[in-house]
Amino acid sequence: MRRYFGRKLLIYGLTFFVAVTINWSIPRFMPGDPVQSMLSRANISQPEAVEAMRVHYTNLFGLDLPLWKQYLNFWGALLKGDLGISIWLFPTPVTDVIVRAVPYTLALLIPAILLSWVAGNRFGAFAARRTWLDNTVLPVGYVLTATPYMWLAILLAWALGIVAGIFPVAGAYSFAMEPSWSPAFLASLAQHWFLPFASLFLVAFGGWAIGMRNMIIYELEADYVHYLEALGASRRLVRRYAFRNAILPQITGLALQLGVLVAGALVTEIVFSYPGLGHLILQAIQNQDFFLLQGTFLFVVIGVLIANFVIDIVYVLVDPRTRTGMGGAA
Amino acid sequence: MRRRTRLLIPLLAAGLIAACSGGGGTPTQGPQAGTAVAPGGGGGSFPRNETLYTSGTQWGPPANWNPLREWDFATGTKGLVYETLFLYDPNTDKLTPWLAESGDWTSDTEYTLKLRQGITWADGKPLTAADVAFTFELGKMETVPYHPVWSWLKSAEAVDDLTVKFTFTEANYQQWANNLYSRAIVPKHIWEGRSEDEVMNGVNEKPVGTGPYAYQSHDQDRMVWVKRDGWWATKALGKDVKPKYIVDIVNSSNEVAMGMLLQKGLDLSTNFLPGMANLVKGNFGIQTYYNEPPFMLPANTAWLWLNTTKKPMDDVAFRKAVAYSVDTKKIVEGVYGNLVKASSPTGLLPQWDKYIDQSVVSRLGFSYDPDKAKKLLADAGYKDGDGDGYVESPTGSKISLKLIVPAGWTDWMEASRVISAGAKAVGINVEADFPDYNALVDSRNSGKYDMVINNDKQLSNTPWLYYDYIFRLPVQKLQTVTNFGRYESKKGWGLTQQLDAVKPDDVAGMQKITSQLQEVQLEEMPVIPLWYNGLWSQTTNSVWKNWPSSAQGTPKYAPTVWRNWLEMGGVLMLTELQPAAG
Repeated sequence: MRRYFGRKLLIYGLTFFVAVTINWSIPRFMPGDPVQSMLSRANISQPEAVEAMRVHYTNLFGLDLPLWKQYLNFWGALLKGDLGISIWLFPTPVTDVIVRAVPYTLALLIPAILLSWVAGNRFGAFAARRTWLDNTVLPVGYVLTATPYMWLAILLAWALGIVAGIFPVAGAYSFAMEPSWSPAFLASLAQHWFLPFASLFLVAFGGWAIGMRNMIIYELEADYVHYLEALGASRRLVRRYAFRNAILPQITGLALQLGVLVAGALVTEIVFSYPGLGHLILQAIQNQDFFLLQGTFLFVVIGVLIANFVIDIVYVLVDPRTRTGMGGAA
Repeated sequence: MRRRTRLLIPLLAAGLIAACSGGGGTPTQGPQAGTAVAPGGGGGSFPRNETLYTSGTQWGPPANWNPLREWDFATGTKGLVYETLFLYDPNTDKLTPWLAESGDWTSDTEYTLKLRQGITWADGKPLTAADVAFTFELGKMETVPYHPVWSWLKSAEAVDDLTVKFTFTEANYQQWANNLYSRAIVPKHIWEGRSEDEVMNGVNEKPVGTGPYAYQSHDQDRMVWVKRDGWWATKALGKDVKPKYIVDIVNSSNEVAMGMLLQKGLDLSTNFLPGMANLVKGNFGIQTYYNEPPFMLPANTAWLWLNTTKKPMDDVAFRKAVAYSVDTKKIVEGVYGNLVKASSPTGLLPQWDKYIDQSVVSRLGFSYDPDKAKKLLADAGYKDGDGDGYVESPTGSKISLKLIVPAGWTDWMEASRVISAGAKAVGINVEADFPDYNALVDSRNSGKYDMVINNDKQLSNTPWLYYDYIFRLPVQKLQTVTNFGRYESKKGWGLTQQLDAVKPDDVAGMQKITSQLQEVQLEEMPVIPLWYNGLWSQTTNSVWKNWPSSAQGTPKYAPTVWRNWLEMGGVLMLTELQPAAG
């Protein structure tokens, strides 16, 4: 057991290091100079003033140092929990910017991931081998899962937001409100949350439903099922066993899908201008805000790694075979 | 056949489910629908009928309220909270005294400013001459945007409580007039003792100004200003801003802005919204300044810069040929749907019409004329020797140029395709290319590009800023704000400096120099003016009325809350608004 988790942790550690290094280097090798871009938006007429400011800010952000030094400084600061100062939202510390955005992203992602997984699996299992439902679920599922998040989001925004006027198309809560715990505010929050959530949920739901349906059909052909049937077990019981076996690949699939879902959430946030991490990442790229980009990606990487780790643990809990295997090894 | 129906059933079912959930959703969501459509519907802190919703100015979450960070303070910091000495009225080309009561050149190098009596800061302290002198002295810090003023300003001293005397080593009248209405005056008693780092890089969370609004709250996607009691102009000028709250919504995308405008969730949208012409003509309740082309007031000129350090753009005949090949009409009509106007060959905005020498323009001006472009090329020795449809340079080397505009700026991308097609039609191989904005800035500033479109210079009190933009010398390693073409015209720059030394009220004196400048500009063609970008502004009448427009009996102020435009009429617009109901 310890060896299993030890090895996993080592892999996660390595992944973290590599991912962070890549996140650090990619924006720096993009063409362009963030300070110059910031100043050219400044619309200052005097070249001398711009030059003085360029020198000042390049120095302030430490961008005048050699790259290896910048890299070492970055790790040094990171270990102290300092992500730097955002160039785009100067002088806000990156940590503050992220902390404000994270609740929105999590509020979208966690329910979307868990609910779509649970509901998709249930529905897929339920639909398998039920001719009428199966004929419906399979194509609808395929359509849903093949739909780009962004496209579905735009469709929903247009249909339910602009045409039907039921849901708002932008923001996290009504522009007429201030955050509070009042029911009106919470209702507004929920109303603004619904469409981005729905578009994430629907796409993921389709994928899980199809996967589960296929797995169940596969399991229903297995020897143990035939054996159970021969013993005269009820259909319900057989299906329950099949479901338990079929769920395992789905758990692995969840670990694999996490990255995709996070990316989907980012795009969805942009469509609904929902103030989460996705919005920030887009802006950070457009403004070449190295520090914000590093920070947001760092958060995404850590999030995905933690989620994977949790899934690893869950896997051990739900599949007795892995436990036995590890027990034998240890 | 069986296969077909199997596929059709689910599709039908999907349609039904969608219809059901849509239909089912309506009744339950019914009561809330109101809130979604009108943001102030119910339970909000900002009553709809007292709130002005706007968007289009703020490009990211409000991050600081520091009026010295002129490029990224929360819009409204200057104009709504901090105010300027004068306002500039583009319609009449006059400076209107604002915090100042009057200002005069008391000698050739001395400017005396009288402050208005009875103006107080939001914390109750009076505004004095010391505050004004202090604000300008902050410019002695190197990173303050107006630091260069001190290369020709000698001193700013408070003579008494309400009088400031500015002494100059060299009087740059045009620039000074610009400074008079662009610099936000800050309170000395609060800013005194802040270090350079605090002054320039401070957040200034609680801005204390003289203006009509104060900070209320902000979040990632909005900035809220609340009206302040005791604004001096109410007593002194009888002017009062009407909206109690201004909610400035951070820009996201054009689609979102359009959606909110159609839902009447925005009173004033200052976004560029393509296709606005159709919405104004249709019955959507959206107005613009003019109800016919170009719909908007002009705000700046879009220029085509040619990198004159590269061949063949160093050849004036070639540059002129490019100028004649640009089909501006096609850009105006095809790309913009008449939301913009073609530029004068001088590039001067219509507000500066009086500085345009029509005789120079009729003698040297250019227009779209492919035949003339071909002739210019042929006369200068550009021939298509290898028969690929494109000319080579007189020395026989191939010409292949790139016109860059930022990726995602869809209107400019389309415009650059039109320019590229026009150039190709006369035999110049120009390809439109769309790098990312940052990469574009980098190659533009360092002079590595071929052609680029730029509109950084906005309307202001003086055409001097435009000529400074075109002719500024010396050319530096990085050209960050002016002369992107790196063109060296000693004559042009000399005249520009002369223009700066003419007093703004000496219109005839200015005209004499601008006429010569236009001659240099059109003869040497360092840059090609294309079209006038609009002061994008769309308004709705559902909550606020009496918006500025060209119609009779309405205010004529700039209908905007853009950065640097509040002191060019935006604040006055707010004082003219009227509640639509009651």
